[in-house]
Amino acid sequence: MIVAEKKPVEEIIGYVKDCQKILILGCNECVTVCEAGGKKEVGVLASTLRMYFLNQGKDVKIDEITLERQCDHEYLEEIRDVADEYDGIVSLACGVGVQFMAEKYHSVPIYPGVNTCFLGATEQRGLWTERCQACGNCMLALTGGICPVSRCAKRLLNGPCGGSSNGKCEISKDIDCAWQLIIDRLKALGRLEDYEKICDIKDWSTDRAGGPRKVVREDVQI
Amino acid sequence: MSLKTPSKLEKMLSQGHLAVTSECGPPRGSDPEAIRKKAGLIKDYVDAVNVTDNQTSVTRMSSLAACIHLKLMGVEPIFQMVTRDRNRIAIQSDILGAASFDIFNMLCLSGDHQSFGDNPKGQNVHDLDSMQLVQTVRFMRDEGKFLGGGDISRPPKIFVGAAANPFADPFEIRVPRLAKKIAAGAEFIQTQCIYNLDKFEEWIKGVCDRGLHEKTAILAGVTPLKSAGMAKFMKNRVPGMDVPDEVVKRMADTPKDKQADEGIAICIETIERLKSVEGVKGFHIMAIEWEEKVPEIVERAGLYPRPETG
Repeated sequence: MIVAEKKPVEEIIGYVKDCQKILILGCNECVTVCEAGGKKEVGVLASTLRMYFLNQGKDVKIDEITLERQCDHEYLEEIRDVADEYDGIVSLACGVGVQFMAEKYHSVPIYPGVNTCFLGATEQRGLWTERCQACGNCMLALTGGICPVSRCAKRLLNGPCGGSSNGKCEISKDIDCAWQLIIDRLKALGRLEDYEKICDIKDWSTDRAGGPRKVVREDVQI
Repeated sequence: MSLKTPSKLEKMLSQGHLAVTSECGPPRGSDPEAIRKKAGLIKDYVDAVNVTDNQTSVTRMSSLAACIHLKLMGVEPIFQMVTRDRNRIAIQSDILGAASFDIFNMLCLSGDHQSFGDNPKGQNVHDLDSMQLVQTVRFMRDEGKFLGGGDISRPPKIFVGAAANPFADPFEIRVPRLAKKIAAGAEFIQTQCIYNLDKFEEWIKGVCDRGLHEKTAILAGVTPLKSAGMAKFMKNRVPGMDVPDEVVKRMADTPKDKQADEGIAICIETIERLKSVEGVKGFHIMAIEWEEKVPEIVERAGLYPRPETG
C-alpha cells in the first residue's frame, strides 16, 4: 500500500488560515490502514482546526467527509454538489488523491494534509516500512524475494557494499542490510550459488527516470 | 603476460614485483598546490597514487581534475570513481576525459552513502553499481564501444581495479563477492585497511583455494593509526572496519607522545607479515592526512627503492 504520514498541523494551518469554510476529505484506502488520512484522522484534524480558529476568535465552518477512494472518478463525484461551497479542501489522501481532486475540482484550492512516503507494508501497528519503489521492472525473482532497489540505501544490484555490518546498513543500525537479507534467503532456499550471477546494468527507463509513466490496457477499456 | 594498458601499476605487477600504491585526498578548495604537495611527498616511494572521489561524501575538488594535476607532475594516478554521483552518461564521459589525459588506472567504487557527508539532503544516483562500473570500463576498453553501442574513437586504455572489504558482513560471501568482481573484469583489487590479520588471512586463503589470486592482483590495504583515539574511532564509527581489541589496547597502552610511532610500527609489522602471504601482490598504504609518513613506512617495510619497470 501507499504509506503516508500526517503533516504537522502548523503547516496545514498555514494553508487554510484565511479560509471561511473548509472541507477535510479523508480516504478509506491506504491512508486509513496507515492511520494518516482515514475517517479517524479526518475527525482529529477537524477538531484541532476548530479549536485553533475558536482560539483565534474566528468563525470557520469545518466539514468532514471520507470517501471510499480519492484515486477514482466514481468516488470523487460524490462531492460534486458540495465541493464548490468550500474555499479550501484539505485532502488526507496520498499525493495521487490530492492531485486527482485538484484535476477534478478547479475552482477550489486542494491542500495536502499528509506527506506521501513510500510503498510499504504494516510490520506491526504503528510501524510501516518500505518494500517497493515501483521501478517498473521487477527483479524479485533474482534476489530471493527481497528488493535491493527499495531496501538498499545505494540500490546496489550486486551488493552488499563494504559498509554492511552485523546485518545492518551503514547508514543506520535500525535498517537491515538488504543484501544480508537476500543472502540469508538465498541460503535458506538452497540457492546461494545464485549470488555469484552478476546482475546486468538495469534498464531504468521504466523507473521515474523515463518520465511520467502510464499503464494502458486496451482489452479492459470500455 | 601481455599488457593490456600502458599502466605502470599493471607493468609492475606483471613483472612480479610487490606493488606499492598510496592515496591522496583532493582538497576542499581549488588550490592545486594542496594536491601537488601531497603527491610530491610520496611520489618516489610508490608506483601509483589513488585519488579519492569525494570520500566520505564530503565535497572536494574533483578526482579527475586532481588526477590530471598528478599526471602533469609525472605521478601515475589511479582515478577513483564512485557510482553515487554520476549516471552512466557522466561516468562514460569522465572515463573518456581521464583517458584523454592518459590516465591509465581506475578504481571502481560505489561510494559511501551521502548521509555521511556535507550534503546529506542530496540525491544519490547509483545508475550503475561498482560491479557494473567495472564492466563498463572493461567494455569501453576491450570492445571500444559505449554502453549505448556506438564506437569510441581512441578507446580508453585503463587498468581496472575494484575494492574488497574482507571484514564486512556477511563474511561467507566475501570470497564469492571477489569472484564476482573478477568475473566483472577487475584486474587489481585494493582492500579495506587491515588490522585484523587473522581474519584477512582466512579470507585470502579462501581466495587462493578458489584460484582467484591468479586472476586478479590483490593489494593489501594498510592505514597507520595516529593515536589511540583514531583506533577507537575506526573500530566504532567507520562502517565495515575491523580493528581488534588488542590493537586498540596496544595503542591505548602507549604513552600519548609515542602513539604515532606505535601506529607506524603496527603498520610496518602488518606489511612484513603479509608480504609472505600467498595471494598478496602488493600494498595500498592509505595514510589519511599523514602522507609524509608514507616514505618512512615504505622504506622501513623494505619496499624501497621501487623497482624500475623499464
